[in-house]
Amino acid sequence: MIDDLGSEKAHKSPQSQKINDFCMTICTVNGSGSATANITLLRAMFHMGIPVSGKNIFPSNIKGLPTWFSIRLSDEGYLGRVAHDDIIVQMNPATFQEDINYDIPGGVIFYADHIDLPIQRDDVVVYPMPVKDLIKAADIPRNLRDYMENMVYVGVVSQMLGIGLEYINKALLQQFEQKPSVAESNFAVVKMAADWAKDNLEKKDRYWVEEREPLEGYMLADGNTAAALGAIYGGFQFCGWYPITPATSLAESLGIYAPKLRKDPETGKNNFAIVQAEDELAAIGMAVGAGWGGIRAMSSTSGPGISLMTEYMSLAYYAEVPLVLWDVQRVGPSTGLPTRTGQGDLNLTYYLGHGDTQQLVIIPSSVNECFEFGWKAFDYADEFQTPVIVLSDLDLGMNLWITKKFDYPDKPIDRGKILWEEDLEKFESDWGRYLDVDGDGIPYRTLMGNKHKKAPYFTRGTGHDEFGNYSEAPDVWLRVMDRIKLKFDNAREKLPKPVYRNIEGAKIGLIGMGSTEPAIMEAQDILNKMGITTDFMRVRALPFSQDVRKFIQAHDRNYVLELNRDGQLHQILVTEYCDLTDRLVSLSYMDGLPLTAKWIVESLSEKEEK
Amino acid sequence: MAEQDNTNAIGLTRADYKGERSTLCPGCGHNTISAQILYACYEMDIHPSNIVKFSGIGCSSKSPTYFLSQSFGFNGLHGRMPSLALGAAFADTSMKVLGVSGDGDTASIGLGQFKHLIRRNLPMVYIVENNGVYGLTKGQFSATAEKGLELKYQGVNPFLPIDIAKEALIGNASFVARSFAGDPQQVRSLLKAALSHRGTSVLDIISPCVSFNNREDTLHSYQWGRQHEAPLHDIAFVPTRKSIILDEFKEGETKEVTLHDGSVVVLKKLEKDYDPTDKYQALQMLEEAERNRWLITGLIYVDPGQPALYDYMNLVEEPLNRVPAEKLRPSAEALQKINQSMG
Repeated sequence: MIDDLGSEKAHKSPQSQKINDFCMTICTVNGSGSATANITLLRAMFHMGIPVSGKNIFPSNIKGLPTWFSIRLSDEGYLGRVAHDDIIVQMNPATFQEDINYDIPGGVIFYADHIDLPIQRDDVVVYPMPVKDLIKAADIPRNLRDYMENMVYVGVVSQMLGIGLEYINKALLQQFEQKPSVAESNFAVVKMAADWAKDNLEKKDRYWVEEREPLEGYMLADGNTAAALGAIYGGFQFCGWYPITPATSLAESLGIYAPKLRKDPETGKNNFAIVQAEDELAAIGMAVGAGWGGIRAMSSTSGPGISLMTEYMSLAYYAEVPLVLWDVQRVGPSTGLPTRTGQGDLNLTYYLGHGDTQQLVIIPSSVNECFEFGWKAFDYADEFQTPVIVLSDLDLGMNLWITKKFDYPDKPIDRGKILWEEDLEKFESDWGRYLDVDGDGIPYRTLMGNKHKKAPYFTRGTGHDEFGNYSEAPDVWLRVMDRIKLKFDNAREKLPKPVYRNIEGAKIGLIGMGSTEPAIMEAQDILNKMGITTDFMRVRALPFSQDVRKFIQAHDRNYVLELNRDGQLHQILVTEYCDLTDRLVSLSYMDGLPLTAKWIVESLSEKEEK
Repeated sequence: MAEQDNTNAIGLTRADYKGERSTLCPGCGHNTISAQILYACYEMDIHPSNIVKFSGIGCSSKSPTYFLSQSFGFNGLHGRMPSLALGAAFADTSMKVLGVSGDGDTASIGLGQFKHLIRRNLPMVYIVENNGVYGLTKGQFSATAEKGLELKYQGVNPFLPIDIAKEALIGNASFVARSFAGDPQQVRSLLKAALSHRGTSVLDIISPCVSFNNREDTLHSYQWGRQHEAPLHDIAFVPTRKSIILDEFKEGETKEVTLHDGSVVVLKKLEKDYDPTDKYQALQMLEEAERNRWLITGLIYVDPGQPALYDYMNLVEEPLNRVPAEKLRPSAEALQKINQSMG
């Protein structure tokens, strides 16, 4: 459920009808161009004012394997995944039988009628679509026919469910912003298919899409684009990256937007650089170098890339180099499920590095928060002179979500404690790169190019004292590492605090993070109706604020809900709050798909019964 | 003359270019190279604050603390100094970037980053202090050790070596030189040329390890080098074209290569004709040298016109790390437009 998107808009409908409250899955073959058609449907429904979410379940493959796109409509604003389908649009013979078995009784199946397979279901409404015949009749160039086939189901589905074709047209024009003629030819097919459906199909199902008031203040965007825009507004100046699903589109979005937004208005020159590295080892090395050199540096990757980046991240921690690293999580271990989502990198990123390394981790849950954390991450990195890892995931990063419009940053860029020539001249106390002058664990740094005689220092990953000199002395090591720890403890209350959704009188706590939020909030409502009232705290940063302890203490039992096998957030909570262990219960799950409210409700109520 | 009062043209003394006392073994080739870096920078009137030093891990990589204390420096990770230097270089592209690596750091763990640095042609001097052996871990073979080399605890090396100059050349490096720590004058001239080149300048310097690999019959030893060094030419570095009047170069044939900043490398022909702008000849020479166990030294290849990494970046003039924060954030209006486009 998204914030103020409201249940008051929910339409009271006769029992027999299902209006704006169902899930439709479109089954296609990847590489066939169906993404355009699916997003067109999604956008059209968004333009109709209906809270809608789209999840692309796709294979690690370029062309020819099954792919599914699930669209969920919910007047009440529930955007999490549901495990069943009300409507199936079947375009793929390879998964024909299997997919249609997911349809609920009373559901609907649209299918391309050239697929010559039996539908052994008498409890669903079936609509055949003469896809090939319609395309043939439409006189479409041979090379475009496969793509245009997808527009047939857009037309038929729109006609049968009541999606206004004007909204489809608007969505197509948005999709093909640069090529209105392509939008036009696509729309012609949609129109033709809709007309055919009008003349030849009789409405027998109970599903309808109904127009609502426009969703003011909301838009459709994906987390990776938001993260890139956030970085651009956060003043990123350098990105070293290496392609990896599902993080690739983050760096690519930088490459699209930065040249438009970050040219010097007077000279037309860039105040940033993006370098595609030869691997993740180099991508992070570049970012560490750039961060050290004093420009806002970042990288983006996913689990396997994080593994490769570990050594440099350990150096950056100890040498105290600011940078921002996005981890758009996929499913591990190993290559795992590259095109599926999860929250399995929490432990890895929090402790990323050998020895006593610990990293600052911030965890957005929405596209809007990807933007917000996108710029804030740089301020945190500069303030604490350390890497900041932003933990996103495939579901958030690559899928389109309804999200609030991005807010312009509410405070100016803060570069932290940097001394240039004139600052050093005025600096009253001794200066050493690692000397804690203010007692907050954060020293002052000078940057290469600084001409002041006192400015230069030598940075190393080996033991060093407050002035950057090599040292193996036990007391020096202890002192420097304790200071860095102080810095980290001071970050606890400055990083994004947890957010809450409380229900009066709740004794049970729910703790979660990231993109599972919609599923958790939906589960919270269902549980409430079942008589299980809960408060929900979404953790947004590690190390934890003391508010996290307070929440745990305030609840008899706290279920820690997360999308990984081992309950990693639970593990960290138990480690941090070993005195509160008996109040913390792990509920974790991982099969590569986004969490569902159903799973939460079932597994939590089962625990509660015991 | 500035030389007379012991200051250079920018009023600095040699002492201003010094570093910490070396902790490397007495007699280590790396110390000679450190000294030549110091002299080269002094003589070229480069202010230490305009130089930034990088290194990887190993004996060689410790050396950047032994020169230019008045320069910023970063001792990074084993084999991955190129990426570190590349990122940092973008913070202020006016800086002279100086990297010191070793044969283990470059030819083993760092071969990938080395080749990609070259491919991007980042303006930097990349020195490999090449001794064929791992020093800090006490005497294992490195990837540049010759086939048949026998080391105390390692036995006999069965593998053919990686030739750093050849790797650089095949990787389309724009500046490839080889030298020998026992020939400090040549090291200095090549360093000066490298510092003037706008692109990645690879200097493969045979730098004997007196502790683990200095037997007279081995390729990376002082004695072998002194007896077998075969310079391709006598080399002189001239800061500007105007000042080319070099007595010792009057006799015999010379070849001149003008570098990006207008300085000139003057090469005097020795026994054979050698044209360092001819890549084909360079490759042939390296192949021949390997077959015949010649330690050829000098400027092997140079292409002053090859575009450098910055040329593709359309960067603002001022150093990126001095761009005021307010210039780094686009306007609220631009964000509003983006919001509209997604609505």
